[in-house]
Amino acid sequence: MQLLQLLISGAAQGCIYGLIALGFVLIYKATETVSFAQGDLMMVGAFGGLLTMTLLGFPFWLSVVAAVVGMGLFGIVLERLVIRPILGQPAFSIVMLTIGVGYLLRGLITMIPNIGTETHTLPVPYAGQVLKLGTLVISAEQIVVIGATAVLCALLFAMFRYSKLGVAMQASSQNQLAAYYMGIPVKRLNGLVWGLAAGVAAIAGLLLAPITFVHANMGFIGLKAFPAAVVGGFGSLPGAIVGGLIIGIVEAIAGFYLPEGFKDIAPYLVVLIMLVLKPNGLFGEKLRKKV
Amino acid sequence: MRFLFKTNYDQDIRLAKHGGHVFWYGLLCLFLLAAPWVIDEYWLAQLTFVLIYGIVGLGLMLLAGFTGLFSLGHAAFLGVGAYTQAALVNAGVPFPIALACAGLLAAAVGVVVGLPALRVKGIYLGMATLAFGFIVEEGIARWESVTGGNKGLMVNPPQLFDWALDSTNEFYFLCLVVCVLSTLAIVNLMRSSTGRAFVAIRDSEISAQSMGIHLARYKTLSFALSAALAGLGGALYAHKIQFLSPEQFSIIQSIDLLLMVVIGGLGSIHGAFLGAIFLIVMPQLIALGKDTLPEAIGQSAGLQGAVYGAVLIAFVLFEPMGLYGRWLKVRAYFQLFPFYRQGMFKRQKSFQKSDRLK
Repeated sequence: MQLLQLLISGAAQGCIYGLIALGFVLIYKATETVSFAQGDLMMVGAFGGLLTMTLLGFPFWLSVVAAVVGMGLFGIVLERLVIRPILGQPAFSIVMLTIGVGYLLRGLITMIPNIGTETHTLPVPYAGQVLKLGTLVISAEQIVVIGATAVLCALLFAMFRYSKLGVAMQASSQNQLAAYYMGIPVKRLNGLVWGLAAGVAAIAGLLLAPITFVHANMGFIGLKAFPAAVVGGFGSLPGAIVGGLIIGIVEAIAGFYLPEGFKDIAPYLVVLIMLVLKPNGLFGEKLRKKV
Repeated sequence: MRFLFKTNYDQDIRLAKHGGHVFWYGLLCLFLLAAPWVIDEYWLAQLTFVLIYGIVGLGLMLLAGFTGLFSLGHAAFLGVGAYTQAALVNAGVPFPIALACAGLLAAAVGVVVGLPALRVKGIYLGMATLAFGFIVEEGIARWESVTGGNKGLMVNPPQLFDWALDSTNEFYFLCLVVCVLSTLAIVNLMRSSTGRAFVAIRDSEISAQSMGIHLARYKTLSFALSAALAGLGGALYAHKIQFLSPEQFSIIQSIDLLLMVVIGGLGSIHGAFLGAIFLIVMPQLIALGKDTLPEAIGQSAGLQGAVYGAVLIAFVLFEPMGLYGRWLKVRAYFQLFPFYRQGMFKRQKSFQKSDRLK
């Protein structure tokens, strides 16, 4: 029973990692760049939810939609302003750029007087409710996280499988030049992918907020989503979620059964083992350059 | 405009290419030697930090700028060096031996990290070093018998047999000596065949391999040398700061180090030092600017992070070759005077440079 309890809380945490990792993977597949700003986008999304819920007083659903759409637009603008001008440069410049964006966002949020430096709770309607199944205690937050992740995955799957937009995104992620020749507007798609990734990050932020709190440094959880993306294989969407679940569950089990301190490094140990054994991850594609 | 007429082959590999180099570097050496009597003690301490970060920057430059392997966990090597030095010096080991041990142990750790890194490339290497950095930081925090854990660890001043180097001036000269020696070592390395092999690996692994460069050996060597320099820098850092705690060697420090080499200018030895100057001077400038800004902006906690982020974005967007690249442009402008063109340093732009197939 205890193990099941651990598995559920690990899976809930893992879904958050998976959602952030999904953002990495979306951007990596489309533009071949790794966004280190994903965690900070998540933080901004959570603050956006806070803004619409408490300051503007929107109802819950409306504020969730507003925060997610707002972050999506922010992602598109971000891509247009800073990412597009340097596309085609070595991947590392873009990594540094997104690190800079992360610093900037975190700094700007902290600079908001009275709000940025405080810790807030997000007033969600399901806060504090628990579900009891025999000896098993599951909080409503965990159920919402797992459920929302499942719904989001289904939506993303449907989009990539059946919509024209999704197919175009897949095409441009496989070969940008060929996609461009086929008449796919690659640049506009890249902008949309950044918007999508920012929107997913905002959802992750809103789901995480009731479990932890909303504060300027909550974006550091993004650093644990990297192992999730690597374990799943850095170019695979289902891999990101599976990787996130693995990392979350390993972390929960390590925190319970192993001595203190292992909880925080368990994800990184897993990723090192993964890189040694199977560098392309569980679902990654193995490609070699031919001369 | 200066023309160099080469009349023998030694001129190609000479350290100082012409009289201008001799003059300006001589002037720099004179300034560095006279610094304790010229500038006040506070700025001397900052100059010492520049030298220490310069050594670490040299190491990271060798790895990231010359070999093209990016490490997101370089603070771990810094930490290994710092704690080795602290533990040995506190146990009474003479300073030079402790310094050598700090460098060697960091190099050994670098080899250990370098080995799995041989199998992975690009972003996966970043992840591996990131993971390693977290593990070392946690290890430092947990190994309390040696490192003092989260409570921190005091470091005794360096002791050269009976002579304690505890004043600001003496320690400055110690750092200067180590820094000059490591700079000369790297400059010499980069004009040897080993250094050229590193650059070849950076530019194209496949062509380097076809030219007979043993990839695994040179990558591991690069990791080891880079980690050794970071270890040396860490050892000096431990003495300078005199109090070590694990959070000094976190991911933030690793990113600061990367920021240093990127802003300084990747692929140039000058860049390591320009970046170190930037990293040390920037907080001072922000502190100075705080008072002139309105209170709501100037006194807020996030100002430094926001400025760092904005500067980093501006550099990547507008000056990808960093401070040293800017200097090259200024120099070319004056050397070629009315003939400098806008596009002389234009970056080559490609539609997509795939990293996945490398």
